Amino acid sequence: MYWTLFLTFVKIGMFTIGGGYAMLPLIQRDVVDRGWMTKEEFIDVFSVAQSLPGIFAVNIAIFVGYKIRKTWGGIACALGTILPSFVIMLLIALFFTQVKDNVWVEKIFKGLRPAVVALIAVPCITTARSIKLTYLQLIIPIGAALLIWLGNVSPAWIILAAIGGGLVYGLNRRK
Amino acid sequence: MIWFQLLYVYLKIGILGFGGGYAMLSLIQEDVVDRYQWISLQEFTDIVAISQMTPGPIGINSATYIGYTAIHNAGYSETVAILGSCLTTFAVCLPSFLLVLLISFFFSKFKNNKYVEAAFMGLRPATVGLIAAAALMLMNKENFIDYKSFLIFGGAFILTWKFKIHPILMILMAGVAGLILYW
Repeated sequence: MYWTLFLTFVKIGMFTIGGGYAMLPLIQRDVVDRGWMTKEEFIDVFSVAQSLPGIFAVNIAIFVGYKIRKTWGGIACALGTILPSFVIMLLIALFFTQVKDNVWVEKIFKGLRPAVVALIAVPCITTARSIKLTYLQLIIPIGAALLIWLGNVSPAWIILAAIGGGLVYGLNRRK
Repeated sequence: MIWFQLLYVYLKIGILGFGGGYAMLSLIQEDVVDRYQWISLQEFTDIVAISQMTPGPIGINSATYIGYTAIHNAGYSETVAILGSCLTTFAVCLPSFLLVLLISFFFSKFKNNKYVEAAFMGLRPATVGLIAAAALMLMNKENFIDYKSFLIFGGAFILTWKFKIHPILMILMAGVAGLILYW
């Protein structure tokens, strides 16, 4: 069983390119269709995993594994998810330093770097829209970005301040 | 010493990395590029680009790559450097593991918990700021070398935003654009 869990998550880790959310349909198909979890359980796990820090795909894998076979199930699923990216990145780390000064590789990366910035900038806008920030609330992300970018404030403090601020605001509002 | 620094940095990323891979980038960059200078900003950008094309989450990809590179650059052999990548990958996952075990015991209480919901009222807008900071910090002279860089950025931005081009396709197109523009 551990082996099956491990291999299932190796497969999931191998075929999901570009982040955790791309994994969801695959995980759901394997986990729900095999009857390891009901669809409702999976949705519950999904919503809790989203609110945890760390790597979303790993969080989901550990949750699913734990539900099925407790601690060792969680370990098997987590290892499975990690393994493909670990091996591939290790090969790239071994190999990339040797090719990165190659003229052709350098030209390709000169094109890639500005595009990467665009790939980060777009989800920033789409996330801002999807959580429906008011103009007044826009002060929070703009302030946070400026403090990190120009003020050299550590993102760690911004995160802690956001948690603290949310708690103070959210809990007092309820009364 | 470097082993403890790597462990500390990636445990911290595992504990404070809310809001997904992009929001995690500024947290990773602060320590890995600015503070400990294990890799340059350019190399960091390259890893993000490579992560878009390879399987797996960006958090794992960066941990594995940086663990290896930092130890290797510190003068250790390649075999020892592999241990470095094991350490960082383990460290970034450990907090997740402990949290999931803890929450599984109190699952029904954690779901729709008022404290968690309140914390996210602050975290959600801050996540947008964290992603914006990552983009702004990468918008520098190392990555934007001339007007062609701005052309590629503008093109990639419009294609991704308005035409919803898949990130893998976008990266491939940008690579081809680099080859042509810098011929």
